[in-house]
Amino acid sequence: MATIKILYFAGLREATGTASELLALPASVKDIAGLRTLLRNRGGAWLEALAENRRVRAAVNQDMAGDAQPLQDGDEVAFFPPVTGG
Amino acid sequence: MTVRIQHEDFDVGREIAALRACNAQIGAVASFIGVVRDLNDGDRVEAMTLEHYPGMTEKAIEAIIAQASGRWQLYDALVIHRIGRLAPLDQIVLVVVASAHRGDAFAACEFIMDYLKTRAPFWKKEQTPDGARWVEARASDDHAAERWRTKG
Repeated sequence: MATIKILYFAGLREATGTASELLALPASVKDIAGLRTLLRNRGGAWLEALAENRRVRAAVNQDMAGDAQPLQDGDEVAFFPPVTGG
Repeated sequence: MTVRIQHEDFDVGREIAALRACNAQIGAVASFIGVVRDLNDGDRVEAMTLEHYPGMTEKAIEAIIAQASGRWQLYDALVIHRIGRLAPLDQIVLVVVASAHRGDAFAACEFIMDYLKTRAPFWKKEQTPDGARWVEARASDDHAAERWRTKG
């Protein structure tokens, strides 16, 4: 079974009360979109923070990633709001 | 090419002098300094806290500089971005680009800043009289980065 590390930043970390976690990936979850749905299905704050109409960015192994980006064992995935540096 | 993420302030004069030291081929140095304002979206800002994604931040900015180097003739580039708690008037970010001529230096400096705004994983939380709030990303920043796709 594939295990990934997930990091949450800024408003997403605060809303979910989670900075990072290790997750055993169900075989049905193949990509970022699938993972987002899985997390959303936890309900409560997760449902709201990762709602479909919310602008949430993702990165895989520290590169920006789209919904279709496939996930593999050992990946470092991150979810965060659109960036606001500079 | 140098990328530094740090809590401490930076000395612009010293950074520019160091960047162009010993290279007499450099004929143009362009720089940008981003500063904390005391007003945003109509509210007074007392302070802000900058958070980032260690590792990805450096990687993303290095990729942005590499893209700029592929597009314009650059001798060197430097990006310093501060994190942690900052107050109005504080410096946030410095971009310095050295080239033979001003055209390349100006363009690369603006390009790096526009891409940093939309691709480097930093987030600002503002302290206002009504409490703390995360700064929302601006569509105008997306547009600023987008126009480089078509512009020479």
